[in-house]
Formats: sequence, C-alpha cells, structure tokens
Amino acid sequence: MERTTLDLWVGMFVVAGLAALVALAMKVGNLGTYNVSESYQVYGYFQNIGGLKVKASIKSAGVLVGRVTSITLDTQRYEAKVVMSLDKRYQFPQDTFANILTSGLLGEQYIGLMPGGDEEMLKDGGQVKQTQSAVVLEEMIGKFLYNKAAEPEKVIVPEK
Amino acid sequence: MAATKTIRAIGHRIVDAVWRIGSATRFFILALLYSGMGFKRFRLIIKEIFSSGVMSLIIILVAGLFVGMVLGLQGYETLKRYGSESALGSLVALSLVRELGPVLAALLFASRAGSAMTAEIGLMKATEQISAMEMMAVNPIARIVAPRFWAGVISMPLLAAMFSAVGVFGGYLVGVVQIGVDEGSFWAQMQAAVDFREDILNGVLKSFVFGTVVTVIALFEGYDAQPTAEGVSGATTRTVVNSSLAILMLDFVLTAIMFRGN
Amino acid sequence: MSPSALVEIRDLNFTYDKRPVLQGINMTFPKGRMVAIMGLSGCGKTTLLRHIGGALKPSRGSVKIDGQMMQDLDSAGLYAMRRKMGMLFQFGALFTDMTVYDNVAFQMREHTDLPEELIHDLVMMKLHAVGLRGAHKMMPSELSGGMARRVALARTVALDPTLIMYDEPFAGLDAISLSVIGDLIRRLNDALGATSIIVTHDIQESLKIVDYVYFMANGVIVAEGTPDELRACDTDFVRQFVHGEMDGPVPFHYPSGDYRQELNSQG
Repeated sequence: MERTTLDLWVGMFVVAGLAALVALAMKVGNLGTYNVSESYQVYGYFQNIGGLKVKASIKSAGVLVGRVTSITLDTQRYEAKVVMSLDKRYQFPQDTFANILTSGLLGEQYIGLMPGGDEEMLKDGGQVKQTQSAVVLEEMIGKFLYNKAAEPEKVIVPEK
Repeated sequence: MAATKTIRAIGHRIVDAVWRIGSATRFFILALLYSGMGFKRFRLIIKEIFSSGVMSLIIILVAGLFVGMVLGLQGYETLKRYGSESALGSLVALSLVRELGPVLAALLFASRAGSAMTAEIGLMKATEQISAMEMMAVNPIARIVAPRFWAGVISMPLLAAMFSAVGVFGGYLVGVVQIGVDEGSFWAQMQAAVDFREDILNGVLKSFVFGTVVTVIALFEGYDAQPTAEGVSGATTRTVVNSSLAILMLDFVLTAIMFRGN
Repeated sequence: MSPSALVEIRDLNFTYDKRPVLQGINMTFPKGRMVAIMGLSGCGKTTLLRHIGGALKPSRGSVKIDGQMMQDLDSAGLYAMRRKMGMLFQFGALFTDMTVYDNVAFQMREHTDLPEELIHDLVMMKLHAVGLRGAHKMMPSELSGGMARRVALARTVALDPTLIMYDEPFAGLDAISLSVIGDLIRRLNDALGATSIIVTHDIQESLKIVDYVYFMANGVIVAEGTPDELRACDTDFVRQFVHGEMDGPVPFHYPSGDYRQELNSQG
C-alpha cells in the first residue's frame, strides 16, 4: 500500500489530537503532579466541615500534599469523618493539626496541615487528632450579631 | 376549526419526528452492523478523517484560541471583584475541559463537517451514485456510510481536545502574558482543580458521544434526503439545526450524570 | 417462448401509493440480443428496469433472470445476481470523488482480489474500448457529458456482465456523442455476448441498433416488434411516436375547456 500525503495529514491530525490530550492531562490536569505518586491514608474528625468536598486539596505551607478521599458522618460521635490521602513523599508528625481553611473570601475550602513537633510520624490509617472546623460564615455573622445584642446599649444622652 | 387544524398539524409533526428518530436509530444500527468491511478497508476511514477531521482543524483551533482568550478576559474581570484572580487558571481550564471544549467543538464540527457530509451524500443520492453502487452489488451503507461514521467518531474527541488545549493557551495568553496574573498560581490552581479522570476523561467521553450523534444525524439526513437540489439543501439545514439541538440537550443530560455531586 | 431467454417477465404488476404503475407486463429478453423499451416520460420504463435489477419487488407477477425468481432472492442472492449485471444510469452516476480510473476499477477492487497490476491492465482495456484511455487521471467533473457517459459505460462493463441495462443512455447528449454511444453500446454487447435492455425515448437512435422493441404507455405494453415491423406499423400511437408527430393519441393540449369560450370570458 503506497503512502500518500493524505496519510501524512491524517497522521499529523491524530498525533496533534493525542498531544493535546496528553498536554491537557499533564499540564492542565493533575495527572502529572499527584496521581502518579503513591499515597497513604489518614483520617480526622471535624465538628463541622462547612463546604469541604471530596477531592478538595490538602496543603501544608501552601504546597499541595494530598486530597480528601471521603467524607462521612460518624453516627457514634456525630462528627464528620474525613479521610485524607497524602503523598508518600510527605510525612507528618502525629500531633499535626488539621485546619479547614478557605482560599480567598469566597473561594474553595481546603485542609491545611500544620505539623507539630512529635518524633513519631503519622502512619497509613492513622488519625489526625487535632482538628479545627471550618469557619461557617453564617455562624460568624450570628455570633457577631449576638455579641452586638449582648453589649450594653450605649445611651446617647441628648445634651440639654 | 382553526384550532383543531393547528393541533392536528402539531400532532402530525410530533409523530413525524418520532418516526424520523426511529429511522435514524435503525440507520445507526445498520451502520454499526456493516462496519466490518469499513475496518477491512481502513484506507476509506483515513480518507474520511481527512475530509471531516483535518478540514475542520483550522476553524477549531482559531475558535478555541479566541474562546480561551475571552474566558481569560471575562474570568479575570469577574474574579478580580472577589480578589481571587489566582483562580483564573482553574476557571478557564474547567470551563473548557468540561463544557466549552466538547460542546463548541461539536457545534463547529456539525456545521463544518456534518453539513458537508449531508450535502455530499445527498448529492450522491441525487446523481444516482448510491443506486449505481447498489446495482454494482456494493452495499452503500458499508462503503459510504460506515467509513464516514467512524471518521466522525474518531475525529471529534481529538478536535475537542485540541480545542480545549488551544483554549487554555488562549486563557494563558490573556491572563498571564497580557494582564499579568501570576504564572505559577495560574497553572497550580488549574492543576489543583482539574482532575484527569473526573474532568478530562469525562470531557473526552462527552465529545465521543457528540461525535457519534452529529455524524449519525449528518449521514442519516444525507441518506434520507429527497434526491433533488432543494431536498439536499433542506437536509443540510436540518443537519445543522438538529445536531446543534441534540448536542445541547445531550450536554445537559451528560453533565447531570457526570458532574453531579461534585 | 425462446428456451434461451435470459430475462422473462410474466404478468408484472406494480402499484405505488395505490397508483398502478405497471399492469400485466409480459416481456422476454433472449440471450445475446438488444431489446429496447420505449415510451414517454413517466410511463413506467424506469420502474420496470428497477424490477429487473431487483431494487423493487413486484406487487404481482414475476421477474425471472437466468432461471431465478428475483423476488425470492435474499439480499446475498440478490447481490450475487447483480454481479452478473451492469447498469448504465441516466447521467452516468460516476462517483464524483474518484478519478476516471478508480471509477472503472471500483467493482474490480470491491469484488475481486486481483492484484493492482492486473486491475490496471483491465481498466486500461475498458477505457481503451470507449476511447478514453488518455483521460484516466481526470475527475468526473472535468469530463464533458458525452465523455462521462462513455466512462460510465466502461464502468458498467467492467466485470463483463451477462446482462446490461441502460437507463436513458442518450439523454442530454449532442448528436455526435449520441451516435458514438449508440455505436459503442451495440459493439460492446456483441463483443461481450451480453444481453442488453435499453430504456429510452430516443426512437431514431435506438431503432438503428436494437433487435426488438417494446412500446409502453401508461404502464402497459402497447406495441412490440422488430424495428422494421415498427417502422411499417401504422398504429396511431406508434406512428406518432416513431415519426414524432405533434398530435395524435398523445394530445398536444393538456385537457382544458373550450378555447373560444375562455378567450371571450376575459373580454
């Protein structure tokens, strides 16, 4: 079967399409950065996860170190159990502090890890004991209003 | 009297539409059944990939670049208000990979390649080329329809991927190069937000579905066209209108299935 | 009637949309002969041809080719039968996306496993027979009407069919192309020992080349015979048709009211 310029064009087309797909996967998606490395799982209980979602990122010092893999309600404690999958390359002390944070004022919520000073490292299946819940905007506003109401009213005495 | 007439006309059109959907489905199944020979003569598919895929390349690339640039500009203006310009990368990439890439590429494909397919086959029918083929004991579905079908199904995801990739580049040009969003956070936010399986593969799956639907509609309209000049031009219009509607409706359904719960 | 009949049509009836298109057609096409089916546009000639090709199934009656009933064949049998047939379509119906060469080679490539060199020689022989060997690289859009018809003719006989059908082979051709095609049809038929059926309304050209003629009008056979018999025939219809008279059994005027009355009513 003789080769023609048509084959060349079609070949270039297919290669370009696949290259675009690879570029999307590596450069745009997370295939290049995170999925390829091995991971280990830890979990933690949060009183309130706010708007945290599965696949939300987990960062330490601003570096992406893992992702949330599942969020369930533990009916023993009535707290949210969040399972986190962390990159094997990053080990954290056992007294690491997990904090639900928000990027920007209305941005996505993520978990920030603040390492403690323990010698022991977190193991696969280990628990992050110290957690802090998400800041829920409604609660904050509610608290603020309540505090305002509780403050003794400043009576403006009209001068005579 | 006028009211009953209108109702009857509407009912007639609905029955007709259902009828056509049925014929199109049967046509689709026939095309699949007779695909064996098309794969035996892979050359035919290559030829059709050239005329539907490669010929749509320029319009896809140019459109993708500009859509990405517009996204960069508009996204920046909106995100700036909330002080989260750094999320520009994820906004551009997610909109392209999940929605705009597959949908716009499919719409462009329908009007560029789909209409050409309909016109070509309609003309073949009008000039008795299809009857001639049948008289030569060659099955026109296997020889004409099946290769074009597979060419469309193969080309569409590749075109959509190129559209998205070029679009992301367009967003980068406007967002990072021109406006000056931090390059690192542009890519980092994008990579943090876009998941390969959830977003990119689902986008590819979408464009695969769109490619199938657009090609089947285009081929069916051509094959079903009245063998006259008016018949062919009407069929070409129907191809663009019907496949555009089908793309947008299917996009809603697919989005609801794929991305719900995220 | 003849034991060597290739195609026999018996009491063929065809109804389309409750409108009878063909009624009680009986025809016999002996082997090696050229038979013309003539009639006015819309008299059912092309429909008849489609029955012979197996594209339509009769409402009643039968078409028998080479001892086989066409309506009893399944699609594989039909395709096997069609390999023995060639059909020249009204305007040639060349595949517009292929060169002349590929058009003629089409069936050889589809139906045989011949090596490309052999196909090349065969294609060149067929093109030489129609005098267009030099045009093998051209696209159908570059050909004149007469040339396109000759290429289509070469394609029709590509696999040396035993039955060749011509649907209006002379339509839209100038005088020279017309006699060239007519001559070619006759020579090819005799060279191949094939049986030809020509559907046409071009009387003069076809009377020159065929062996037998059927005249059709409104779905029935109105006259039949050899060309000489028909030239001598003095039935009104045949005379009008053969000599191209303006008025006769086929009226010049579409049915209308009284002429004088209509003119007066306006004034």
